[in-house]
Amino acid sequence: MKVIEVEKLTKQFGDFIAVDHISFDVDQGEIFGFLGANGAGKTTAMRMLCGLSIPTSGKARVAGYDVYKQTEQIKKNIGYMSQKFSLYGDLKVWENIRLFGGIYGLTDKEIAAKTDELLHILDMENERNTMVDSLPLGWKQKLSFSVAIIHEPKVVFLDEPTGGVDPVTRRQFWELIYQAAQRGITIFVTTHYMDEAEYCNRVSIMVDGKIEALDKPSVLKADYHAENMNQVFQALARKATREE
Amino acid sequence: MRTIKYLLEKEFKQIFRDKIIFGVIFIVPVFQLSILPFAANFELKNISIGIVDEDHFEYSQQLTEKILSSGYFHLKDVSSSYEEGMKAIESNTTDILIEIPNHFERDLGKEGKAEILIAANAVNGTKGGLGSAYISSIIQSFNEELGYSEPLAEGIVTTNLFNPHLDYKHYMVPGIMVFLLTIIGGFLAALNIVSEKEKGTIEQINVSPVPKSAFLLAKLIPFWVISLLLLTISMFIAWLLYGLIPVGSFWIIYVFAFVYLIAFTGFGLLISAVSSTQQQAMFSAFFFIIIFALMSGLFTPINSMPDWAQTITLFNPVRYFVEVMRMIYLKGSTFSDIAGQFGVICLFAVVFNTLAVVGYRKSS
Amino acid sequence: MKQFLSFVRKEFYHIFRDVRTMMILLVMPVILIILFGFAITTEVTSVPFTVFDQSRDDVTEKITEQLNASEYFDLYDTAGSYEEIRLLFRKEKIKIAIIYPPQFASAYEPVIQILVDATDPNQATSLTQYATTIISSSPAIRVEATSLSRNPVLLPVTYLLYNPLMKGAYNFVPGVMGLILMLICALMTSVGIVREKETGTMEVLLVSPLKPIYIILAKGAPYLLLSMVNIASILLLSYYVLDVPIEGSVTLLFMLSIIYSIVSLSLGLLISTVADSQQSAMLISGMALMLPVMLLSDMLFPMESMPYILQLLSNIIPAKWYIMAVKDVMIKGLGTVAIMKELIILTVMAIVLIAISLKRFKIRLE
Repeated sequence: MKVIEVEKLTKQFGDFIAVDHISFDVDQGEIFGFLGANGAGKTTAMRMLCGLSIPTSGKARVAGYDVYKQTEQIKKNIGYMSQKFSLYGDLKVWENIRLFGGIYGLTDKEIAAKTDELLHILDMENERNTMVDSLPLGWKQKLSFSVAIIHEPKVVFLDEPTGGVDPVTRRQFWELIYQAAQRGITIFVTTHYMDEAEYCNRVSIMVDGKIEALDKPSVLKADYHAENMNQVFQALARKATREE
Repeated sequence: MRTIKYLLEKEFKQIFRDKIIFGVIFIVPVFQLSILPFAANFELKNISIGIVDEDHFEYSQQLTEKILSSGYFHLKDVSSSYEEGMKAIESNTTDILIEIPNHFERDLGKEGKAEILIAANAVNGTKGGLGSAYISSIIQSFNEELGYSEPLAEGIVTTNLFNPHLDYKHYMVPGIMVFLLTIIGGFLAALNIVSEKEKGTIEQINVSPVPKSAFLLAKLIPFWVISLLLLTISMFIAWLLYGLIPVGSFWIIYVFAFVYLIAFTGFGLLISAVSSTQQQAMFSAFFFIIIFALMSGLFTPINSMPDWAQTITLFNPVRYFVEVMRMIYLKGSTFSDIAGQFGVICLFAVVFNTLAVVGYRKSS
Repeated sequence: MKQFLSFVRKEFYHIFRDVRTMMILLVMPVILIILFGFAITTEVTSVPFTVFDQSRDDVTEKITEQLNASEYFDLYDTAGSYEEIRLLFRKEKIKIAIIYPPQFASAYEPVIQILVDATDPNQATSLTQYATTIISSSPAIRVEATSLSRNPVLLPVTYLLYNPLMKGAYNFVPGVMGLILMLICALMTSVGIVREKETGTMEVLLVSPLKPIYIILAKGAPYLLLSMVNIASILLLSYYVLDVPIEGSVTLLFMLSIIYSIVSLSLGLLISTVADSQQSAMLISGMALMLPVMLLSDMLFPMESMPYILQLLSNIIPAKWYIMAVKDVMIKGLGTVAIMKELIILTVMAIVLIAISLKRFKIRLE
């Protein structure tokens, strides 16, 4: 089953074509890596899929809903975690969970159960009453991810979720991603770390608003005669004409 | 709409957790209401005067006493020459110099009149002008006392209505309450929204199914509640410190205040819609606050302004609330008396909020 | 040094890129000068009044006419009863009402009653005075003009020094200067620095090899420049538009303004070390700096009438000294010697404040 279907999706700001006729599909439960240099158009594309920005042309459906007309339906069925840490720093851990649970329509009872479960999985039971601002960055990111999928969405969009996090915590973070994917949640992730690209089922690489490559990491490496994803990325990014 | 419960919980927690904001919200009113009315006073008292008597006039002592007993003046300097007296004015020791020149008594005897010189520092025109006018009128009535002339103004009885003791504080306090509501209710809400924009947390709300209206409403409601609470505290302080109780009814004050808050938070929303940083929002807000305050009749009467300026005040929501607060507090005006102002405020509420919604649509 | 300059340049970019804030800061003084110069006054003109004429004879009509003809009063409507007058007051339609008794002209000692809306006591006092003067000097009443008797008379002769036309501008222009400089230097600096704290860019600066004093200098430079531009525009406006003279030396005025700006900048810096959110920085600057400047600097309200404790308090407000010195130089035309006291006080304030805030700034560093 296709959870994301994109066809010739384009976004233009004046003369500048930020996203240029991109097309791809993502299956349910798939971990889809969305790579590209800064300014390649990743964030713009992602914002269109989340219903934050209306495309200039092209077609796209997320979780079966149209990105032009059914943005409200889309928002109910996706989770989102951005590059900037987006929980409320001046609220306690449980208060953040309660807030986002409430926002996504969970009842008080469900929220209470979910809070216990979540804190248990993250091994953060002692941090229930801690202000989010005083948590270490890695913990914040893990919490943030768990909150983003608190309502078991069909897709979760992760915008450079592991920026600035140490390798050990990144590994733990990816554990959470795998668990979510196994439950059938589709993962759409952008990242700077090429080692993380290897963890994805499939990877697309955007250059100057266009998708230049899209396949399994192993296939891409073979195609570009590369040892790792970093070399693949470098080979493609060299073609970029846009400035960062 | 069920989600608004969770959003409201969040807002209240955040506001009450920020100690400085919380302190400002509740300490500032106490502070402002207890100090401002004493400071914001146009009444002239304790003007410093200097006296030069070059002629050793026989009634000079009596005149000085009469001037001082008026309660408006303090004797700060007694000099022997005009030049010396002027030095005191230059150094800001005195504001007004009274000089009885040489040959004063001789002129008085010979010509039937003699001049007393009053030199006032008029850099502050009101102070200099009023102060010297007071002294002139004291000298006039001194004439009467000495049997030199007849009193003016017989057969006129004046009654001071609504504020019989001419207490300026009673005039200022209701106005200051309006000012407090304007700052706390209107602009803190705007800043609060912009701060979420700046921190990026608003993105997280934007991708969620929460309607924008619910998000904004959850931002505004706490400020409405806090402002009305603040109004109540202010009215209590006004009673405690100044014995001031509205002559008119409380419910008109609350109803008017509520609509005013809706109007003003709408204005705040509009500012937040067009600002991307708190600094920007703050300065835009500040800009309007100053203009609104000066053009509201809070400090200086609107009917003293030139016509063009009076026309501008018609577009200033603060003006109406200041007017209404004073009317209800001091005159006991009824709802039908203030129906006109109420209508205008409702109009402001509709216009500001419509503009804000349009502004938000455009910015998203 | 090169590092320092490039840092200063960054600060300039930072501030001047936000066009709207810049516009506000440049337009604000202009608007304030115009409002204070033309709109804000306590003079009484065209106040609506009503008469309740129970006599309706030539004399009363004559008096009413004279009141209406004066610049102070405009007849709103005539009233037929006390009840009607009450209502007009309550609806804020009139400020003063004149009531003539029946058979005014033929009565032995007729008494005119004045009812005045005393919610605003100052205006009420002036209104009563004007009305009394007009009524009692009305030829309709004083048929036999009581020629000033032949007894000797003391005549007060008034000279209004420095400002013979009693223009409000002479007083508020220095006040606006004090307010604007405080606004730019203290409010903007404190909010600007806290913003960097919030976004974390301050950390980057603090770990750089630049000494804290240079960071502070670089932060202050653009605001200082902006302040001087504003002082220039205020002086030009008040000289050419409001006809306020500049009697003393312009150089001295600018020197004074620079010292005062430095005091304000260090106040802003101090606030930034205390506040940890932009909102609280703004609230602290607003409440602790702006409000006292408006209230306790003699700009709007006469200092002398305030309770003694407030007068004492006003001594620690830099704006008070600055405004006093500006008045001395600008309006009275005095020189450096005359404002020595103010200069010394401001300089001491600057040194102390810079020392304290540098110390606090360094503590944060460690």
